[in-house]
Amino acid sequence: MLSRVADSLYWMSRYFERADNASRVLKATYGLILNPAKFSTEERWFRAVSSLAPGAASNNVDPQRALFLLVADPEGAFSIVKCIGGARENARQVREEISSEMWEHLNRLFHDVTGSELQANDDAGAMRVVTAVREGSYRFHGVTAATMNHDEAWHFIQLGKYIERACNLCVLLDAYFVVDKHADDLDWVGLLSSCAAFEAYCKACTAELKPDRIANFLLLKPEFPYSVRYSLDRMHEALTAISTLSLSRRTDQIERLIGRLRSMVAYVQVSDVIRNLHKYLGEIIEQCRDLHAAVHEVYIDYPIEVAFEN
Amino acid sequence: MIIEMDTSERGGAEALHRYELNGAYDEMYSAVDHPRKQYRPLHNLLLNLGADQLRRSKHEADQSFFNQGITFTVYGNDKGTERIFPHDLLPRIITGAEWERIERGLTQRITALNLFLKDVYHEGKIIADGIVPGSIIYTCKHYRREMRGIKVPRDVYITVVGTDLIRNPEGNFVVLEDNLRVPSGVSYMLTSRRVMKQIFPGLFQKCRVRPIEQYSQVLLSTLKSLAPEGRSDPTVVLLTPGSYNSAYFEHTYLARQMGIELVEGRDLVVHDNVVYMRTTFGLQRVDVIYRRIDDDYLDPLVFEHGSSLGAVGLFNAYRAGNIAFANALGTGVADDKAIYAYVPKIIRYYLDQDPILEGVETLLMSDPGQREHVCQRLDEYVVKAVGESGGYGMLIGPHSTEQQRSEFRDKINAQPRNYIAQPTINLSTAPCFVDGTIEPRHVDLRPYVLYGEKITVIPGGLTRVALRKGSLVVNSSQGGGSKDTWVLQN
Repeated sequence: MLSRVADSLYWMSRYFERADNASRVLKATYGLILNPAKFSTEERWFRAVSSLAPGAASNNVDPQRALFLLVADPEGAFSIVKCIGGARENARQVREEISSEMWEHLNRLFHDVTGSELQANDDAGAMRVVTAVREGSYRFHGVTAATMNHDEAWHFIQLGKYIERACNLCVLLDAYFVVDKHADDLDWVGLLSSCAAFEAYCKACTAELKPDRIANFLLLKPEFPYSVRYSLDRMHEALTAISTLSLSRRTDQIERLIGRLRSMVAYVQVSDVIRNLHKYLGEIIEQCRDLHAAVHEVYIDYPIEVAFEN
Repeated sequence: MIIEMDTSERGGAEALHRYELNGAYDEMYSAVDHPRKQYRPLHNLLLNLGADQLRRSKHEADQSFFNQGITFTVYGNDKGTERIFPHDLLPRIITGAEWERIERGLTQRITALNLFLKDVYHEGKIIADGIVPGSIIYTCKHYRREMRGIKVPRDVYITVVGTDLIRNPEGNFVVLEDNLRVPSGVSYMLTSRRVMKQIFPGLFQKCRVRPIEQYSQVLLSTLKSLAPEGRSDPTVVLLTPGSYNSAYFEHTYLARQMGIELVEGRDLVVHDNVVYMRTTFGLQRVDVIYRRIDDDYLDPLVFEHGSSLGAVGLFNAYRAGNIAFANALGTGVADDKAIYAYVPKIIRYYLDQDPILEGVETLLMSDPGQREHVCQRLDEYVVKAVGESGGYGMLIGPHSTEQQRSEFRDKINAQPRNYIAQPTINLSTAPCFVDGTIEPRHVDLRPYVLYGEKITVIPGGLTRVALRKGSLVVNSSQGGGSKDTWVLQN
């Protein structure tokens, strides 16, 4: 596959996952601020904003303004509408690689969420966008899995999706656990819903909401699609498949990085990491970045001299 | 057969009421209320469909185009950079007999033009024999001196052709323009056929329409046939300027239909006169490039130095015979509008045959007598810049203002070689669904021809429509749209 194409597929997938993540978090958080609790609404919004738009957070965000910014801000690099646009733009560059159904679906979703000019005080409108992305995301993943060859292109899409998911989960967990002294049950429900995990968690651990169980579930549960462990396992699968398909490339660096990353979640107990969660999550994110850079160097932007050596 | 009408659905007959014949050849009616035989099934359907139903069908078709992303890019508009290609709901129908003549005529014309190109870039016999003056050939905007003496695979210069035909008031098809560089629009032909089959399945079946769906397969095998010798399983790629090009949809569509890579200049690397593309598993050799980029931008070493659309060294690889281009470089010399005037002579010179398809009478402004004649009667002529296409740089005399005419008079006198004039031709009209009624609009026809081991004329094409009432300009950049074209089985 063309390197440029692999890169576009990877970014299409990352942007889409980013929008999906934002819509999950917003849906959960919006539900949360409707309830009275110890936490003021502003603080909850601060948490949502800081997990979704790093750097853009400030302590006194007007919730309504924040909702608008996170959903539809045309300037902000992190708004849902912007991310769906980014996914579509990348897909547009590689129209011939993805199935027509995928394109049609993504295109329709894009026109859905950009179709009406959203006003800054239109909460209901913003939540409609959030819902459209939630539903659109499940459909897009279904259509992708059902209509594409599960070949190299597919694996780059998987890689993008799960590297983005792993990083987003780490940022979100960090935002919740940093302040867990004040957290109440409703907050934990919010965190679990942000990861589409509430029902799955209750099934596995009952409705008893214990912070360390929740951390265990979202970090280390290999069976749950929105856990860090699950995401890293899928990344490993995708990278192995890509490496096998592309034969002669020098992939030992990538193998070392993904191996080290997986060992961070495969061979620990939650009690080992819960005390110093912030540092631990930061390390996972850091290593994901290294992995991203290594993949880029081996498959996408390699020096010509290296190519002729092989 | 007239089907019994439901009273609620009487709008159709009404929709046809505003259909006025205006002296041009009408594709549907031979006279008022006398539909031609090939149009009768469509005509009956129109009598029985309500305007509402037509509107619903039109909406359904629009939606289908939009969701499939069958759009073209509108420049200078940040937000809605994509519009669906304007299209008309009703098919244009051509009989098997009419088509047979078009097919023979195009095959003849393209064979001759290809021989002409080979001659021009090698011995130049046609110049030595005084048939076409060298002064016209060497002053062509698209003549490429660099192509002198280069042997191209199979001696095929023009692999993909989209010739523009029009039907004159006598009902004969004549050639208006040869597009021998990078003709576009074929994806609209293919996709609108798909949509039409959805919208009018019964009518389509009843009419016995010849298929065009094989286009992509024929194109691929044509391109493969151009591969350099010794490359048994050649790699073919489509070179696009990128997603901001107005025909980008077509590039992706064709690449996907053929199952080949869609590359941009930055994906290509030339090393030791061999072309490679950069892939995730390393560099892969490329044998044939179906390029959708103009000559000028292909290789900054040889042509436009500031261009980043092509790749450095492509032309040397071409010269070394390691890569084939479709179309070859320099083919624009044969579709220059001044050369167009010589095509009948070119056909006679190389093939010793009379042209099957006539051209339009063309006056060269480089000839003082003809220039004098035209400049005095600018309101009767269409004046075109020779190196332009897409309806740019054109004056339509009867529809022009005095100021436009005087501007053109100055332009012609400043650069006579740059202009030709043709009498205004009343293009034929075909029924179109416009604003809830069916009205005649002027149309042309662009069939697509592929030339590899042999010449294949695809039975169909793009019928372009001047959607503005009375307008004779069909280019999409100038308010034109398209129609599906049905060529009937004999």
